[in-house]
Amino acid sequence: MSVGFVMLCHTALDRAAEVARHWAERDCPVVIHVDRRVERPAYDGLMAALADLGNVRFSGRYACEWGTWGIVAATQEAATLMLREFAEVRHVYLASGSCLPLRPVEELRRYLDSRPRTDFIESVTTSDVGWTVGGLNLERFTLRFPFSWRKRRRIFDWYVRFQRRIGFCRKVPAGLVPHLGSQWWCLTRQTLSAILESPDRAETDRYFRRVWIPDESYFQTMVRLYSTNVESRSLTLSKFDYQGKPHIFYDDHLQLLRRSDCFVARKIWPQADKLYDTFLHNAGGGQPAAEPNPGKIDRLFSKAVERRIKGRAGLYMQSRFPNENWENGRTAAPYSVLEGFSEVFENFEVWLGKVAGTRAHGHLFAPDRVEFAGNETVFSGALSDSAALRDYAPKNFLSNLIWNTRGERQCFQFGPNDRQDCSWFMACDPNAQISVISGAWAIPLFHSNQNFSDIRREAARLQKIEADHIGILRSHYAKARIRIWTLAEFVENPMEPLQSIVDEISPRSARRLTEAPRLADLKGFGQFLQNLRNQGMQPVLMGDFPTGEDPTPATTRRRRPYLVK
Amino acid sequence: MSILGAVKLRSRRRRAHLRAFLKRHQLKSVADRTRGIAANAILLLCTLRNERVRLPFFLRYYRDLGVEHFLFVDNDSDDGSREFLADQPDVSIWTTSASYKASRFGVDWLTWLQRRYCHQHWCLTVDVDEFLVYPFCETRPLRALTDWLDSSAIRSFSAMMLDMYPKGSMQSRPYHEGQNPFEIAQWFDSGNYTIHRNGGLGNLWIQGGPRSRVFFPDQPAMAPALNKIPLVHWHRSYAYVSSTHMLLPRGLNLVYDEWGGEKASGCLLHAKFLDTFASKAAEEMQRGQHYGASVEYRSYQEKLAKQPDLWCKFSEKYINWRQLEILGLMSKGNWA
Repeated sequence: MSVGFVMLCHTALDRAAEVARHWAERDCPVVIHVDRRVERPAYDGLMAALADLGNVRFSGRYACEWGTWGIVAATQEAATLMLREFAEVRHVYLASGSCLPLRPVEELRRYLDSRPRTDFIESVTTSDVGWTVGGLNLERFTLRFPFSWRKRRRIFDWYVRFQRRIGFCRKVPAGLVPHLGSQWWCLTRQTLSAILESPDRAETDRYFRRVWIPDESYFQTMVRLYSTNVESRSLTLSKFDYQGKPHIFYDDHLQLLRRSDCFVARKIWPQADKLYDTFLHNAGGGQPAAEPNPGKIDRLFSKAVERRIKGRAGLYMQSRFPNENWENGRTAAPYSVLEGFSEVFENFEVWLGKVAGTRAHGHLFAPDRVEFAGNETVFSGALSDSAALRDYAPKNFLSNLIWNTRGERQCFQFGPNDRQDCSWFMACDPNAQISVISGAWAIPLFHSNQNFSDIRREAARLQKIEADHIGILRSHYAKARIRIWTLAEFVENPMEPLQSIVDEISPRSARRLTEAPRLADLKGFGQFLQNLRNQGMQPVLMGDFPTGEDPTPATTRRRRPYLVK
Repeated sequence: MSILGAVKLRSRRRRAHLRAFLKRHQLKSVADRTRGIAANAILLLCTLRNERVRLPFFLRYYRDLGVEHFLFVDNDSDDGSREFLADQPDVSIWTTSASYKASRFGVDWLTWLQRRYCHQHWCLTVDVDEFLVYPFCETRPLRALTDWLDSSAIRSFSAMMLDMYPKGSMQSRPYHEGQNPFEIAQWFDSGNYTIHRNGGLGNLWIQGGPRSRVFFPDQPAMAPALNKIPLVHWHRSYAYVSSTHMLLPRGLNLVYDEWGGEKASGCLLHAKFLDTFASKAAEEMQRGQHYGASVEYRSYQEKLAKQPDLWCKFSEKYINWRQLEILGLMSKGNWA
């Protein structure tokens, strides 16, 4: 008993001839259908190339436009010819001109011989398929599609919508349950002849002639009527991308294809010489007769589709420039924004770097230059410390920084003295963890040696900027993880917030903080605020600082409080 | 887009073609082998001036990728470039002594050649110091890429310019004819690029890299554009607008995805920063034939006097396209 191949060809006829010869020489009859739109000389060339083979036939030619009945008609005629001419054929394998056998025919034959009654055809009810392009499942069977999807997409879509609106619905012939599936099947003589010689065939054909993409539904539906044993999968390895066009195999897929243990793969790039040489001319053999296992290839292609549809989070580049809120992640990784900490504590960055085991930057958005950790003038990805370059595209600067340092957590200081262009960007970024000690900007002013009227003016300016910034953080658009303390609140009990921030930055080091950074000197700060008030300014962001009485942080009272368990 | 806007763009495209038509007499054929261009052949277009030393490697590189015919415009070379190219079997070359600047930096000349010879061909427009790298370029020829683009109904392919530079002074390792320039200029900046969207034509405006970092840290807006769309399935009605940065009709500029996904793209490795650069910069300054009153070259000259080192400790050493893909400079898109 034997397997016969029906090949549907429309391009790269020389490759098709090579494959047909491969099968025919190994005693598998081949029936070739060539698209009618192929020009005569090319067709004659193919006939001449295969003229010496006794078991190759050519069937009547139909024009096979994608998604139309022509492909089914061609398949029907070729299959009929196959069954009529080659009586020893038990399984008919439908392949295309760009298919390539991956395993020796002998193995396929043995495989089919041990399953003599099985029809291999992917056949899924319309409600269960998730892969159809354009969302047409059941409607493929109930609407009319007189317009070409490829050439007249607009009118095609319009007509579909129109039919939906007026509630048009074709009747599916009694007894038929619409099924869909891959076009490439392998059916037994019994099933195939039952379909082709069915008494209702004229009627079903008339119905399917108007169905959308009948090559994915005609045999898939009919087989359910006549087959006793449907194995719903295709023996041909064929993957489709999100546009519904098949993925193409190249020379560099050789190992992958080898290890897939599939019998036939589609679609092969016609100039993949190495693939054709390897699989057609070198008798592979020697491998154990494994079940087809396309898992690895599936993964490769689904990853490619995901790359095309979702892309890499936080990446902005020449071929990925998402509109706002379509980024799938504005930045590539979590980062911490610390506001007011370097004012409240002395040498905070050094302390943080030590405790959290990362590099903590200074004010990245400082107006004069970018304060990278360690005073670097260039940073990861060759980011420059030039303020002009940064301010030319501030969001790019931040997303670049986070992208360039994937795998290493970034922390930086921020405050009302910095350029505020990224406020909204950070507030709406779920990767940002923003901790704010509001009003801390007053401490450097308090320590500064300026005229009080200048201090007052500066304080008013900074308060305004920070109030706006906090307004953004509190808006309902904000998606970052945001914590805000007033200065008064914070100095009363600084250890707990610090602990939670450090835990967030380096979650794996479960150590308790034993050493707090040194608080800035706040003696007389309450009076300083009162002086501002007396000058007619209203400092509100610091919280309640009692005048006269200086705050006493908890840490000074209790030594090493967190060591006590 | 309003109807008026569309009409304006169309007339702009028409004007570009008219200019090209009027300038066609400036081109004098030196070797015309265009009759030998096969249907479907992949073509390469290039304008050059005095680049003799670079040509052998350039031709070899693109022949290996699968370019089938080269169309050169020689702008008055006197170093033997013209004669060398005229002897190549797969090259057609025209020469002109007219102004490069007046021809919109060579675009008018190329537009004419494209209109005449490139209709319905995939056509790659590059400079002599630009080398295309695309996904899988080590294992798949250019034809594989264009076939895939065809089957995906994509007409244009983006390849950002990536400035390559040596470590240390540019003068320290001279470039020899036939040598791979990236044996010397091995380094690049991996992540300091800025992107703006160009509203009118819809293309992205990418700047950054060593040129921004070293030559334009104080006036970033002046830094040269790095976005390029060099590979296009040409139609005679198309026209490059400014170098190969953008095209008309503007649908061709939509080489990026706006909804979070990634389209396939490549890189043009730019071997500008070799020992030849200093003399080139001096010559171009003198001719004053470059973009924006040659601001770019003036800045180069000032900085070059100090023998700058473009290299920094965060520079990346070039390995292959996969590295560029991982760094996010180019993408495979859904090509696998």
